[in-house]
Amino acid sequence: MLLVVEQFLNGLQFGLLLFLLAAGLTLVFGIMDLVNLAHGSLYMMGAYFAATFVAWTGSFVFGIVLALGATLLLGIVLEFVALRHLYGRDHLDHVLATFGLILFFNDAVRLIWGPAGLALPLPAWLTVPVQIIPGVFYPAYRLAIIVVALAVALGLYLVVMRTRVGMLIRAGASNREMIGALGINIKLLYTLVFGLGAALAGLAGMMQAPILTVQIGMGENILILAFVIIVIGGIGSIRGAFLAAIFVGMIDTLGRAFLPDLLRKVLSSAAASTAAPAISSMLIYLLMAIVLVVRPEGLFPASKR
Amino acid sequence: MTASLNARNIVVVLVAAFLLLLPLYSQLSGNVFALTLFTRIVIFALAAVSLNLIMGYGGMMSFGHAAYLGIGGYAVGILAFEGIGSGFIQWPVALLASALFALVIGALSLRTRGVYFIMITLAFAQMAYYVASGLARYGGDDGLTIYKRSDFAGLIDLSSKMQLYYLCLACLFGGIYLVWRIVNSRFGLVVQGLRSNEARMQAVGFPATRYRLACFVIAGTICGLAGALLANNTDFVSPAVMYWTRSGDLMVMVILGGMGSLFGPVIGAIVYLVLEEFLSQLTEYWAMIMGPLLLLVVLFGRGGIMGMLGRPRRG
Repeated sequence: MLLVVEQFLNGLQFGLLLFLLAAGLTLVFGIMDLVNLAHGSLYMMGAYFAATFVAWTGSFVFGIVLALGATLLLGIVLEFVALRHLYGRDHLDHVLATFGLILFFNDAVRLIWGPAGLALPLPAWLTVPVQIIPGVFYPAYRLAIIVVALAVALGLYLVVMRTRVGMLIRAGASNREMIGALGINIKLLYTLVFGLGAALAGLAGMMQAPILTVQIGMGENILILAFVIIVIGGIGSIRGAFLAAIFVGMIDTLGRAFLPDLLRKVLSSAAASTAAPAISSMLIYLLMAIVLVVRPEGLFPASKR
Repeated sequence: MTASLNARNIVVVLVAAFLLLLPLYSQLSGNVFALTLFTRIVIFALAAVSLNLIMGYGGMMSFGHAAYLGIGGYAVGILAFEGIGSGFIQWPVALLASALFALVIGALSLRTRGVYFIMITLAFAQMAYYVASGLARYGGDDGLTIYKRSDFAGLIDLSSKMQLYYLCLACLFGGIYLVWRIVNSRFGLVVQGLRSNEARMQAVGFPATRYRLACFVIAGTICGLAGALLANNTDFVSPAVMYWTRSGDLMVMVILGGMGSLFGPVIGAIVYLVLEEFLSQLTEYWAMIMGPLLLLVVLFGRGGIMGMLGRPRRG
């Protein structure tokens, strides 16, 4: 029971983290129609920035805030220099160009920070276990991730659904020519959305950093998961991304936690411990394949175009 | 296709002659490295040629093409591991397994279009990747070392660098010839017609999915052959061969060389891999140059290298 609660929370935490990554991706995909493989690089850059700034300032919170700003800025610069020239081009061009950006970022990180990974140590007040229900303790940091991510999700929902900028974003997603014709500065809007997406990806990276190490290529595996999520949820749909992210986070975490024991009943111990992570990773892709075959537009399509 | 003396044809002939004569140069100068490098390049060129068949001519943007490299490789590796060393068994199994995989994932993937197709092929390739890392008996994540290359009963000796190279080159030329024949056949014209205007082709009465699927399976099978060659060349096969960045590499080669041109992928593979080799000798941080270079190719060099050499892209 204890383990179930803990793993359930872990799954929720991972799912929310995935949501932060997928939200930016689905916005950029849905609004600018841009396939951005370099989104995972922004996730990685967020983690590296955080590790650097936290070490510089000596304060966890202040370092994170600085890193968030740096990732936002990086996203805006990236959009301005490279990606804005790709709007309206073939998806294949996007894949090729942003694939090039991944190569660039991986080696840029290696040049600046060296090939070895970095650690992002937690401050003492985040390492204590918290008693969530009597007898069940859960690490404060993971709890903090859940709270922050939920707050960001709520904030994002409010911004997109309740503000003027959000209205423009939604309008841009459903008909970009029309809002351009209505006199909206669509270039600025795009830059803004891209920066927002970059900051969200960076936030996901820096929150994951204390749990895993900060290393080159950390964004690549998780990027594909984020793509799976936005495809399952329906491209451009934030609500879909949210639900799909939680779902995928749960499958991944619970699969890793409980599949080995289940498999040990039918396989030898060694074989089970190799096969279990592979099977739980596969489950996610299987889910996506099923969704695509049955409902090619995703479970919660943003809008009918 | 009338052969004429234009920039494209000259480049094609020069490259083909270079590939044919390379072992001679390697023998005379003692530069074994060039032969090793180009064996790898020729194998990847074959994979890129097969990808170009579906991507360039069929309009099917597969982001999971590296899966066949792995399947072909694992077919060779697993059979060798289990004591079946004959290439006459290994290679047909590699081709058959790739074809079967392509048939299954193609039948499902072709129900989707556009970016969804890119994503679903990616998903299937990642599934294959995870299956391979779950194969504890065959090395799991660490991969499988192949101690003995495929044995062709004295017909051809793969442990000889030169013979392996010429086998790979023959496969490449064979692959290009096959693609050329397909593209200019009635079947190929239907597939290209489906790329240009599916609704019209269906109205004329062609079953779209069946034609596409056949094309998809042929491409997968050719790439499976490249996988079998690759495993023999490296004496090793691991899940990393199927990782999505590998599929990305293949796409880059095709687009760089010129999508939908017969010889483009070969040029793309040569340029991409030679550049990678050259830049990595120049600086440890070669990808910092390669990455922006790709971006520039996309922004300014539409139609790839073959496109720059003239003749507009077809379609």
